[in-house]
Amino acid sequence: MLIQLARSLVTALAATALVVAPALAQDITGAGATFPAPIYSSWGEDYAKAGGSRLNYQALGSGAGVTQIINRTVDFGASDSPVAPERLEKEQLLQFPAVIGAVVVIVNVPGVDGTKIKLTGNVLGEIYVGRIRLWDDPKITALNPALKLPKIPISPAYRADSSGTTSIFTKYLSSVSPLFKERTGAGNSVAWRTGLGAPGNAGVAAAVKNIKGGIGYVEFAYAAENGMQALQLANGSGKFVTPTVPGFLQAAEQADWDNAKNMAATMLNMPGDNSWPIVSATYILVPRNPKDPARTQSVLKYVDWSFRNGAATADRLHYIMLPTAVQNRVRAQWATLAPAGKPLWPAN
Amino acid sequence: MSTPATPAIGARKIHPADTTFRLSLHAAGAVVVIVLLSILAIMFMGGKLAFDTFGLGFIWGTEWNPVTQIYGALPAITGTLVTAILALCIAWPIGFGIAFFLTETCPEKLRTPLGVAIELLAAVPSIVYGMWGFFVLAPFMSEYVQPWLTSTFLWIPPIGDSFFWFTAPPIGVGMLTAALILAVMILPFIAATTRDVLLSTPQLLKDGAYAMGATRWEALTGVVIPAVRGSLFGAVFLGLGRALGETMAVVFVIGNAIRMPDSLMAPSATIASVVANNFPEAEPGTLDLAVLLALGFILFVVSFGVLAVARLLLRQERMS
Amino acid sequence: MKQLTAATRARYFRRQLVNRVMGGLCIAAAGVGLILLALILWMLFSNGLAGLTLDTFTKPMSQPGSGGGLANAIIGSLLQVGVGAMIGAPLGMMVGVYLSEVGKESRFASIVRFVNDILLSAPSVLIGLFVYQIAVLPFGGFSGVAGSIALALIAMPIVARTTEDILRLVPQAYRDGAIALGSRENEVVGKVVLPAAFGGILTGILLAIARIAGETAPLLFTSLGNDIWSTDMTQPMASLPMAIVRYSNTPYPEWVALAWTGAMLITVGVLVLNIASRFSYAAVAGKQGG
Repeated sequence: MLIQLARSLVTALAATALVVAPALAQDITGAGATFPAPIYSSWGEDYAKAGGSRLNYQALGSGAGVTQIINRTVDFGASDSPVAPERLEKEQLLQFPAVIGAVVVIVNVPGVDGTKIKLTGNVLGEIYVGRIRLWDDPKITALNPALKLPKIPISPAYRADSSGTTSIFTKYLSSVSPLFKERTGAGNSVAWRTGLGAPGNAGVAAAVKNIKGGIGYVEFAYAAENGMQALQLANGSGKFVTPTVPGFLQAAEQADWDNAKNMAATMLNMPGDNSWPIVSATYILVPRNPKDPARTQSVLKYVDWSFRNGAATADRLHYIMLPTAVQNRVRAQWATLAPAGKPLWPAN
Repeated sequence: MSTPATPAIGARKIHPADTTFRLSLHAAGAVVVIVLLSILAIMFMGGKLAFDTFGLGFIWGTEWNPVTQIYGALPAITGTLVTAILALCIAWPIGFGIAFFLTETCPEKLRTPLGVAIELLAAVPSIVYGMWGFFVLAPFMSEYVQPWLTSTFLWIPPIGDSFFWFTAPPIGVGMLTAALILAVMILPFIAATTRDVLLSTPQLLKDGAYAMGATRWEALTGVVIPAVRGSLFGAVFLGLGRALGETMAVVFVIGNAIRMPDSLMAPSATIASVVANNFPEAEPGTLDLAVLLALGFILFVVSFGVLAVARLLLRQERMS
Repeated sequence: MKQLTAATRARYFRRQLVNRVMGGLCIAAAGVGLILLALILWMLFSNGLAGLTLDTFTKPMSQPGSGGGLANAIIGSLLQVGVGAMIGAPLGMMVGVYLSEVGKESRFASIVRFVNDILLSAPSVLIGLFVYQIAVLPFGGFSGVAGSIALALIAMPIVARTTEDILRLVPQAYRDGAIALGSRENEVVGKVVLPAAFGGILTGILLAIARIAGETAPLLFTSLGNDIWSTDMTQPMASLPMAIVRYSNTPYPEWVALAWTGAMLITVGVLVLNIASRFSYAAVAGKQGG
């Protein structure tokens, strides 16, 4: 009885202590991009179980993530699009890639196996500006002589919400289709000339599933988990490739990390036998002049632990780990963090 | 009772408790005004950059292009008004019918369960309405309703050479589908409040009408409705309010195309959906954020206008 | 009756016909409403029951495949909606009482009434933004309290609108009677007018709670959400609607199933509240009346 009472008293006291001084706990808070939210949260959970800090990551959107880290209301921000070097300089931020994602193109063409359909970036661009309107358009059939494509309208679906996924996809289309670049351009949200918008990756996937003749772009995980048919795209070598994890890795490895300012290397339209053309990293931002250096160090420890132990979880959730060489580059960047002359990395 | 011994008729002394009572009620009223003014101020200041950049042209500009940074609000304003008013036109008769049924003809035992059931519709999270609209209603619209509407109403002449009423590719989502979903969402608000208003009508009024030989319907339209018209409009405002400001459900079914619609079934966008879709990614200090806050400001102006017109109609009807 | 002219008889039949037809149309309207309700609830429950386990109530949210629940979101929603309703409902009732009993047609009352109707249509994301400015930035962080304030501001105009509408229908004779007995203004309102209109006001409050229980947008920038178990309302706090939005937009089937379960829990929660309050109200009213 007494022991129980004592025990509950101690717990109660501990709880009060937490309430009174929550900052004392090793909890770290992050906010930003929606795309990496599941993997950041899952890594955080695993890390806490392994004895590390507890993580609260909230998917507010990349823009909000950047805002919050600039306001220093969170310990780290996360963004799908890299922040420009001048801005990082001005706001005293360090940026590094944390995990890689790929965007795939899903289709719903009645009577045709979507995974067999081959498109070039140029043709995809013309579809998304409304220049190509039917599935049996000569430009599509020329690429797919073996397929019997029906004469039905193409209904392109896009993200209704402004998102990093749209940014990557439109950047890719703008780089391979001059027409798309001229008529639409690249950005988190753009003025689409045709088609319909659906909320989130899940919405786009459902729209394509719903509408006969639909085509849409989603994060790889959505195609993988929901059995959607993802078509083949021509990559930087002109080879038609099916989206696969080795193909994403090949693209990531070929990125020009040496000349990447602030570790933002482009991985779009890479050459190679398997390289998938729409691959991109998502980024984490930490302050160079943190109010509490220990908390920033906790963030680095969390990311480092995830780099070393997070591969299984990443695989299960369909994310792609950074290549080991790139991970080491990231750690080298951390070593430049030295608020008040005290380096935060390597942490002991 | 602690009333003074010699109360002067018509000149009751105001008791201190009454003063506090009145003051606190006035304060509550003031809170409402202060909240709205503060929201308006935040929207206007935040959106000033948009008004400075585009002037009043922001309101009737038809182009919305984040890439070239040209923003016009007319497509979103159009989508908002069309969907909200369509929704009201669909939901009000049904909601009123439900209320009439519940108060007049429904068997006594069924009243409470049915009433609770209707109110339950108000409790379903709006994202569920969105998903229902997207997965159930939209395919039904594209398969049956849209082709039928297109072929049946082909004879209606278009407005100018750009608006074709019911002619659109049948993709299921668009303004009409959004209006239907909104109608379902505001239905419980209209039905529940109308029912309460009808229930609170003194029985004497109805009895008088019945005594004159009026049918139920005549008692309703001839006596009850004129007596409670003001309160009935409250139900309409509740519904309209939700329709104008609803976001999550609309995002699923409206098609999210920020361009001028070319038919009632075309994909479109509403002010609330544009703001919610783009707000999380908009960074402070940019024109992108300013246009969203300016849109929020415009939505208030739009509701202001709609309400003002509604009140004017109400007053005119009262006078005639 | 034999003297009835053909014209009178025809008119009688026409009046009866109109009555029947309109009555029939109203039944049809009720039918339409109920069918829609059944369709939507069927979708909600068939999807929501699939993900419902004991873990839903006992375990906090966690990564896909690890059998997490919604416990922290449920507690967070209960706290935030509870506090939000406790602030918003009385405030809304006061506004309604002011409009109906004190302000009436005065100029200030007309302004308040108009402004209240505009607030009804304020998109909830803008309310959230407003609260971010007054309750998050000045206090240096996101909190459950800020979420509650945002919810209260959404509930207030709904309660105000319904309260005023229903109070106006309380016969003036009630007030006159109470005044004649020497009651003060606050007694007239508190002991006579409000009790007479309580059923309708209750509907308004329940509608408002139903509305705020499912709101996501106002919580995004106020209570933020929290992966870590917390019942401290000064800290970021999880909520069911945010869990639904977050989980429904992921590729993982377990999370999508949990999103449906969360949506179902909100609806069932409001249903239980609705039925419970109606029954207790009926019990109290019955006691008073009998």
